[in-house]
Amino acid sequence: MNKGMSEIVKTISKIVVPFIIIFGISVIFYGHLTPGGGFPGGVIISASFVLLLLAYGREKVLSKLSLYKSDILHDIGAIMFLSVSLIGFAGGVFFLNIFNKGKLFSLWSGGNLLFSNIAIGLKVGTSLFLGITLLSMARIIHKENKIEFYEKEEDIK
Amino acid sequence: MVTNIFFHVFLLSMMVIGSMVAVFSRKLISSLVSLGTVGMLISIYFLILGAPDIAITQLVVEVLALIILLCAITGRDVTADMTSSKVYVFLFIFIFVISILTFISYSNFIFPEFGNTNMRVGKEYLYLATEKLKSANAVTAIVLDFRGYDTIGEATVIFTAIIGVMVLLRKKGKKDE
Repeated sequence: MNKGMSEIVKTISKIVVPFIIIFGISVIFYGHLTPGGGFPGGVIISASFVLLLLAYGREKVLSKLSLYKSDILHDIGAIMFLSVSLIGFAGGVFFLNIFNKGKLFSLWSGGNLLFSNIAIGLKVGTSLFLGITLLSMARIIHKENKIEFYEKEEDIK
Repeated sequence: MVTNIFFHVFLLSMMVIGSMVAVFSRKLISSLVSLGTVGMLISIYFLILGAPDIAITQLVVEVLALIILLCAITGRDVTADMTSSKVYVFLFIFIFVISILTFISYSNFIFPEFGNTNMRVGKEYLYLATEKLKSANAVTAIVLDFRGYDTIGEATVIFTAIIGVMVLLRKKGKKDE
């Protein structure tokens, strides 16, 4: 079965995808020091999965990261960001930065910015992956004023 | 940071030309390609204006949006009906854009000079971000700490959008007629 694109694209994307994921993780984790942050890093990570989706087809990607798992990660990210903001109640006010601020330009600096970046990166990355995978799954066909959903490409023909 | 005004004018006029091509081209594929050109130019422009955060985000989101639009166009045989695009519509939009550009060029009598804004609020934020919060990236400090409520709202918007996609495109629980 030759699912997906040609052999050249598959080989190149197999080489490139780990580097993209590591770049996205570094953009997330150094969000308080260098340009970037949670949102761009999450989008970069989800873009690597979209590259896998385009090159190899849907089954390969869903074997790496299933829809159920990415849904759980998405919820974990949302709850983590909310809990980071709720921790501020320990100091008295909502969204108060109660952590140790550290030193400027060091890895631990800025208090809860690191946790917020990780939470937003997790949430945005998995949610964009979910959206694009779900959109690639559904084929909507208009037939005699009725809209029908299909999940696989073989069902259309 | 490029301070030559002609470079800004060149980039902005390329963006305007690209978006006009995107509107007036007959094939959907070519309009999509010119839309991607506009997005990349916007990313370069953000980089020149000194906002690398926004440049990264714009670049990646533009690529993802182009992939989604390309899949939507090539997946089914959608043809654009562009028979109504006459010359006078083009002329009207051209005159509209030119008048807006002249208005903007007159606006430098009202607004401060390009790149030399009086940063009354910005100075305070830069001081707070580096001295109080100890964060080297001031943008992240503003987005996630000083304006945390906005970020919570944004996260809620993305969460709700994905929940909506999951509900609309689900397979289980759909009633058979």
